[in-house]
Amino acid sequence: MTAPLLSIRDLHLSMSSYDGKAHVLNGIDLTVNRGEIWGLVGESGCGKSLTGLSISQLLPSPPADYMAGEIMLEGRDMLKLPRPELQKLRGNRIGMIFQDPTTNLNPAFRIGDQLVDVALAAARWKPGILDCPPGAGRSERKRAARKLARDMLERVGIPDAGMRLDSYPHQFSGGMRQRVLIAMALIGRPDLLIADEPTTALDVSVQAQILKLLKGCVADYDMGVILITHNLGVVAETCSHVAVMYAGNIVESGPVAAVIERPEHPYTRALMASIPTRDTRRGMLRGLAGSVPNLITPPPGCRFAPRCPHATAACMTGVPAPVRVGRDHAAACIHAKEPETAHV
Amino acid sequence: MLQFIVRRVLLLIPVLVGLTVIMFAIARILPGDPVALAAGPNATQAEIEALTVEYGLDQPVWVQYGHYVSGLLQGDLGTSLLTRRPVAADIAAYLPATLELVFAAMAIAVLLGIPLGLVTAVWRNRWPDYLSQVAAIGAISMPRFFLGLLLQLCFAMWLAWLPLGGRLPIIVIPPPSVTGFLTIDALIAGDWTAFTTALSHLAMPAIAMSLSPLATIMRMMRSSTIEVMQQDYVMTARALGLPRRQIITKYVARNAVSATLTVIGLYFGWLLGGTVLVETVFDWPGLGLYATKAIVSQDMMPVIGVALVIGLLFVLANLVIDLLYGVINPKVRYS
Ligand SMILES: Nc1ncnc2c1ncn2[C@@H]1O[C@H](COP(=O)(O)OP(=O)(O)O)[C@@H](O)[C@H]1O
Ligand SMILES: [Mg+2]
Repeated sequence: MTAPLLSIRDLHLSMSSYDGKAHVLNGIDLTVNRGEIWGLVGESGCGKSLTGLSISQLLPSPPADYMAGEIMLEGRDMLKLPRPELQKLRGNRIGMIFQDPTTNLNPAFRIGDQLVDVALAAARWKPGILDCPPGAGRSERKRAARKLARDMLERVGIPDAGMRLDSYPHQFSGGMRQRVLIAMALIGRPDLLIADEPTTALDVSVQAQILKLLKGCVADYDMGVILITHNLGVVAETCSHVAVMYAGNIVESGPVAAVIERPEHPYTRALMASIPTRDTRRGMLRGLAGSVPNLITPPPGCRFAPRCPHATAACMTGVPAPVRVGRDHAAACIHAKEPETAHV
Repeated sequence: MLQFIVRRVLLLIPVLVGLTVIMFAIARILPGDPVALAAGPNATQAEIEALTVEYGLDQPVWVQYGHYVSGLLQGDLGTSLLTRRPVAADIAAYLPATLELVFAAMAIAVLLGIPLGLVTAVWRNRWPDYLSQVAAIGAISMPRFFLGLLLQLCFAMWLAWLPLGGRLPIIVIPPPSVTGFLTIDALIAGDWTAFTTALSHLAMPAIAMSLSPLATIMRMMRSSTIEVMQQDYVMTARALGLPRRQIITKYVARNAVSATLTVIGLYFGWLLGGTVLVETVFDWPGLGLYATKAIVSQDMMPVIGVALVIGLLFVLANLVIDLLYGVINPKVRYS
């Protein structure tokens, strides 16, 4: 069997600030294969963005410090790669989309120029994406990159793509800008796409369109995707798999249907119960007292224990290891049971 | 766009009216008799009176002002008591020297200040940054004329690399005038000797004038670069594999420069108004030197004329900067 597209093993990350060193990722395990869309969910501040950023190591260190673990891209540990090698992976192996389409496009440049630069950078290591012969000169490569940019804009559903290349970001609506950013993330034909809350800043009506577009692109380009969101509804609609995070740990992971139908971790259950209805505020967890723990001095043992209705003394000793609770379905809770005995 | 320019030019009118009124008032308040000074120590009372009538100085000040304004509308800035030539002609003769000096100083300040600001921002809180910070404070706080004297001492007296002052020695034949800037005219004429001579005279006064704007532009550029580097779109550019050099010199630089442009515009005016001391120190035959001589002999028409021209240039410079701002920042242009 070939190595999975992305395999994160026991990743520990700390961030230093004036208050001290926060242990923000506490042993992340995650495996993403091509064709899979992994939803990474959890309350804000639980470390979803940091997980995404640490994959291509976009966090400056200091403050970031990768204390342990490995991040394998098709069998190569990216944490051990020298800078220039790592740089080669960005854009053409790993694409990224961020939350706010307004601030993630450079306001001073035409979107065509921005797309062309990304395409040219990616084409240095992946000449195949440009439709031109190997020895082509600079202007020829540029023309090919521009054509690719136009094709990508068309692919993400921007009307009049050829003319829109010469527009500036502020001449687009929010949804259209996010489409441009998707085109930009995909123009280098990455194998892995990390999308950090790509629809959170958009109108509800636009959200669904963008998610549908992302799903279509994944099918077309045979990518693996990590879709970061705090919205379980988005996960249910878009993802094939889900990983639930709490305070720097993945507490439950598995195929979306299994996790949603049969959540095994108490935190996942609380999260499901809190899917916003008309009378709960977003981000509030129904039936859960307390708040996210301080990560500078985290609680010993299970980080969720202080808020967990089922916590026992045993929960306070040692971080619980994932327990297999179904096919590809695991929960990091000492009370979780193997499938044979869990449901009778 | 055109509307914008017209509006800015119309805004000039009250500024110019204010300037002329103030200058006329000052001319009246100043003690002494400029006509007597201009006529010379041996002039008789009758000669002085004749001169006074000739220049209309016997009439009430508001009549004088009316004459001046009606002349101004036809491009007439009055006549100098001292040189006895039209002020407009004098200014036309001296202005190119001043402009050449100011443009040279601004060119040094912008061409060095912007890259240095970028570099110190990228290397912030390391020794090149600290060094430049100290140097900048020194450059901003040192008076220009004092700096000029230091330069003269060092490069003209001790090292004897550069001439002490002046613009072009009499023995060098000036190139045919096209732009009025000796260095550029010499290049156009292909006259290498005249070019190097003109450049060697221009160097020290231009450096003396450039240091303060250079330091300010550098610091502005540094802080706006640091701010721009925190922006989300820089993270996106990094995440999508753009080379670091390209991100900084293209994507970050353009956004950071647009924040620095305002300072550049203000400094242009500040230099124009501040050439007096530097021109005096370096005996540079520009507007500043002309105005100084006029002030000393209480010859008010040239002083008013120079003030008007500098005010005009200042407003024009800021207009150009505003237009440039639109070029760099598309949002401004389209709204
Ligand atoms: N630059 C930073 N310095 C110190 N702590 C940080 C920094 N960025 C994020 N953190 C901390 O890391 C934790 C996880 O943040 P993040 O991954 O952004 O959460 P989210 O799940 O909302 O995306 C938070 O507690 C946050 O306070
Ligand atoms: Mg986040």
